[in-house]
Amino acid sequence: MINNSPYFRQPASVRGVMLKVLAALLPGLAAYVWFFGAAILVQLALCSAAALAGEWAMLAIRKKPVWLFLSDGSAVVTAWLVALTFPPIAPWWLGIMATLFAIVVVKHLYGGLGQNPFNPAMAAYCLMIVAYPQIMSQWPAVGFTDFSTQLTAIFGPDRHLDAITMATPLDALRTQLHTADARATVAGILGSHATFGNIGGKGWEWVALGYLIGGVWLVRQRIITWHIPTAFLATLAAIATIASLANPAVFAGPVFQAFTGGAMLCAFFIATDPVSGATTPRGKLIFAAGIALLTWIIRTFGAYPDGIAFATLLMNLCVPLIDMHTQPPVFGHKKDEEEDKKGP
Amino acid sequence: MMLKKLFAFNGGVKPDYHKGESNHLPIAAAPLPAELVIPLHQSIGGVPHPLVHAGDCVRKGQLIGGPDGNVSSAVHASTSGTVKAVEPRLMPHTSGLSAPCVVIEPDGRDEWIEHAPVPWRSMSPGEVRDALRDAGVVGLGGAVFPSHLKVNPGKLGHLDTLVINGAECEPFITCDDMQMRERPEGIVKGAAILRDLTQAKQVLVGIEDNKPEAVAAMRAAVERLKAERIEIVAVPTRYPAGGAKQLIRVLTGIEVPHGKRSTDYGVQCFNTGTAYAVWEALELGRPLISRIVTVAGNVETARNYEVHFGTPMQDVIALAKAKPDSDRVIMGGPMMGYRMPSAAVPVVKATNCILVGSKALFPPPPPEMPCIRCGECALACPVDLQPFEMYWFSRAKIFGKAQEYHLFDCIECGCCAYVCPSRIPLVDYYRFAKSEIWARENEKTAADTARERYEFRLAREEREKAEKAAKLAAKATETKAKLAAQAAAAAAAPADAEAAGAAVPPEPTSTATNDPKALIAAAMARAQAQKAVVHPENVEQISPEKQAEIAEIEARRAKLREVAKAAQPQEDQ
Amino acid sequence: MIEAVLVMALGAVVLGAALGYAAVRFKVEGDPLVEKIDAILPQTQCGQCGYPGCKPYAQAIAKGEAEINCCPPGGEEGIRKLADLLGREFKPLSAEHGVEKPKRVAFIDEQTCIGCTLCIQACPVDAIVGAAKQMHTIVAVQCTGCELCLPPCPVDCISMVPISETVETWKWTYPIFEVKRAA
Repeated sequence: MINNSPYFRQPASVRGVMLKVLAALLPGLAAYVWFFGAAILVQLALCSAAALAGEWAMLAIRKKPVWLFLSDGSAVVTAWLVALTFPPIAPWWLGIMATLFAIVVVKHLYGGLGQNPFNPAMAAYCLMIVAYPQIMSQWPAVGFTDFSTQLTAIFGPDRHLDAITMATPLDALRTQLHTADARATVAGILGSHATFGNIGGKGWEWVALGYLIGGVWLVRQRIITWHIPTAFLATLAAIATIASLANPAVFAGPVFQAFTGGAMLCAFFIATDPVSGATTPRGKLIFAAGIALLTWIIRTFGAYPDGIAFATLLMNLCVPLIDMHTQPPVFGHKKDEEEDKKGP
Repeated sequence: MMLKKLFAFNGGVKPDYHKGESNHLPIAAAPLPAELVIPLHQSIGGVPHPLVHAGDCVRKGQLIGGPDGNVSSAVHASTSGTVKAVEPRLMPHTSGLSAPCVVIEPDGRDEWIEHAPVPWRSMSPGEVRDALRDAGVVGLGGAVFPSHLKVNPGKLGHLDTLVINGAECEPFITCDDMQMRERPEGIVKGAAILRDLTQAKQVLVGIEDNKPEAVAAMRAAVERLKAERIEIVAVPTRYPAGGAKQLIRVLTGIEVPHGKRSTDYGVQCFNTGTAYAVWEALELGRPLISRIVTVAGNVETARNYEVHFGTPMQDVIALAKAKPDSDRVIMGGPMMGYRMPSAAVPVVKATNCILVGSKALFPPPPPEMPCIRCGECALACPVDLQPFEMYWFSRAKIFGKAQEYHLFDCIECGCCAYVCPSRIPLVDYYRFAKSEIWARENEKTAADTARERYEFRLAREEREKAEKAAKLAAKATETKAKLAAQAAAAAAAPADAEAAGAAVPPEPTSTATNDPKALIAAAMARAQAQKAVVHPENVEQISPEKQAEIAEIEARRAKLREVAKAAQPQEDQ
Repeated sequence: MIEAVLVMALGAVVLGAALGYAAVRFKVEGDPLVEKIDAILPQTQCGQCGYPGCKPYAQAIAKGEAEINCCPPGGEEGIRKLADLLGREFKPLSAEHGVEKPKRVAFIDEQTCIGCTLCIQACPVDAIVGAAKQMHTIVAVQCTGCELCLPPCPVDCISMVPISETVETWKWTYPIFEVKRAA
């Protein structure tokens, strides 16, 4: 085999990158299990198995080296993101279908690893929330961790969910603010229920904190750069601050926005997907700010429980354009660009 | 000493340096081999033309390859001996192709040609440049750009900063390090010469801070020689700090873009080895015939050797004793070096290091995965490129787009491929794209020349045709006029010349066109007709013999005319 | 109902007018197509396509009279470029016009040459120098390798020699890493 310089290589690999991403999800996952029970682990296992099966089948059909790609860990990362954004007590087939859609359609039909223009997990989420809005809104109540009930919810046959589900804070805000009750305010709704916690929903705020810790570790490991998380959270917080200052009764504050729903997961694990995201430093800032803006709009005015999935897909569409227009100046050409801007 | 403000370049990597393996032993002289193979083309620019023939005796330092124009550099015999051949030999180049070399069998006396110091202080800048060119001084950092072209104060008439590059950032290589430790005075003196030639305000010698001994030795030499405006600066160790543009950036903050002359920015950069060679060439009058070469990698005792150009690499490797599992020879370092087609290729001016490789030391790359656009390469790139975009377009052979992403700014340092988690041989794609673009550009120039020449030929043919047609038309008019004149002469004879002259003109004008050429032809015909009219005047008195002779000639002429007439239409086709 | 029809009709009229205006306003002057096609053709002027030179062939292509696969020196890549430019379907090189060969230049065996100047007249790019009864020679850098000088030579002293690769013209190959092997 012909091999030219460099003859040295850093011992980095795609598998290493993916394993670190999975490791960074663990703190959030631990909080998840603590507050919401082990159902999420069942979902993780189901989705991972589905992802690997789908990946294997597609690699075999596409005549690619199966073991090389199966062991790169990218399918498992997709599976975990699907599982973590879906309700943990969703029926077993939902996560499996979503994962298969993500792997087979969104990833492999577009050319496999590194080629998909859309974030597979978010595309799967969008498909499922359009197809099964009811199931996708059934989130478990915090503290209800009885595993056998959760298993029944997942595998059936009879799903008695009323006892174990409750509205998420985001859901509660939307439904109650949108109803005719003109007296409903953000503070009133969030204060009405003990389980909404202090920041972003009891339990959820801890999960979000776990993601934040894992995410910061990823930044320190140089797996992701600071641009996307910072721009995402800063934009979301800025918009929320302005809106809530303008009308605190209708718009939730920045801390709530950042720590509720999938915001933290999106900031560090979803928007940072390098394949479907922007790659230039300035592009990353614009990309993440765009997701944050769309997320806030969909959360506040839309009909869906959370906005990150749609926001991410919409911004995925803009990536080529963003990248093209945010190319960083090349060594020695910085002056040229300044002169270009000034014009002749 | 005041701490100098340093600048940083983006990107870069920190590979294992492996410098300690070869810098603990002093520089040793490599013995002369049984046969020296000296390639004529050892620098950027034109191929020097051979000045010796098989059988010639040469002495050490004798010119054997004359520079081809100004962008070229001379080549000299590394020792005294007999020229065995001037023939193509395998070059130290990855292609495995051959190029003309002078093969010398050393006589063992190692006898110098007469040489004397060059009085460069009293010479004009142009003369000094010629002297450096004829001494074969080229950049010894590996790029082998002819140094005389760089000894230039630039547009401003003086340089702000002359950078002497002793950074030596590539792993394994220690030849500059050892030269700075052992021969700092020559380097400092060379730097002082270059400072005077370029009229630089200051000289900054940049040395990576992993070479404290070299820094100390160089500082001591500067003090000892009381060299003015020369400062030794330790720069942070980070590959590729030794890239000329990166070092200029680190020391001065100036970024010289690709394709621009650094003198236009008031800076210039020479390698320490080059400074030493300049000193040798000018102060000692010795041309460049040897250099210090690091032999490292998969060998028992890595070390630096002073090697004569033309020495086969395998002879030098034998001194360091290659380990049995060695499987390749690399010229240069592990990041940018080139695989040699054979260990028998000669050491040339570009050979800063002979790196012996093995599967254990440089394992074959793991399977290449698709690019996941993680952006690691962009973070590592010292010239702020987006390597994955360039890769994408090079791979898809969309070369125009690759160029838009500044492919030609790439210095092929290998940082991107070094960090790539997908283990993509990125630099290979850039090399491929670059050589493909160059080839296409050449093809395009050739096609444009061909088109131009073809169109010129068509135009020329058109013009020739028009000229021929005009000539033919003229001839036709002439013949017609002659016939008319004959008729007129027959009618008016033996009239006087005036009458004939008056009678002739109406005939041609009635047939003549408006074409000026035809008019000229008609005028000429008139003159001839007059002659014809005049001619018969003295016919009456001539003898019958003469008459017969004239008739004979006329008959012959008529015949010729007929033949010509018959030929004309054919020619016209 | 009528309103809808009217609205649609109005829309059609307005858009049609806009398009018509744009067609007039942004009309492309001249016919750069021939030039663009000519730029893709290799300029060997060999006539293998059946036209007297590259330009006439380009004109014929532009008029739609000629196929795009009649140029052997341009090869497959040239056909692909033409197909891209013209939006036509790619076709393999038409065999009746010749086969793609590596680039070569003509070489005159100077011992055999009788100095008849016939090759000089045949050369489309004036790359042969010489005079009547004088030995001829080929300026290799200007030779396009069209082979038009071969048939007229009465003594067959011209041969085509492939251009050999040098260290300077050597090209790095496309990096091929067999991913499949590793699996």
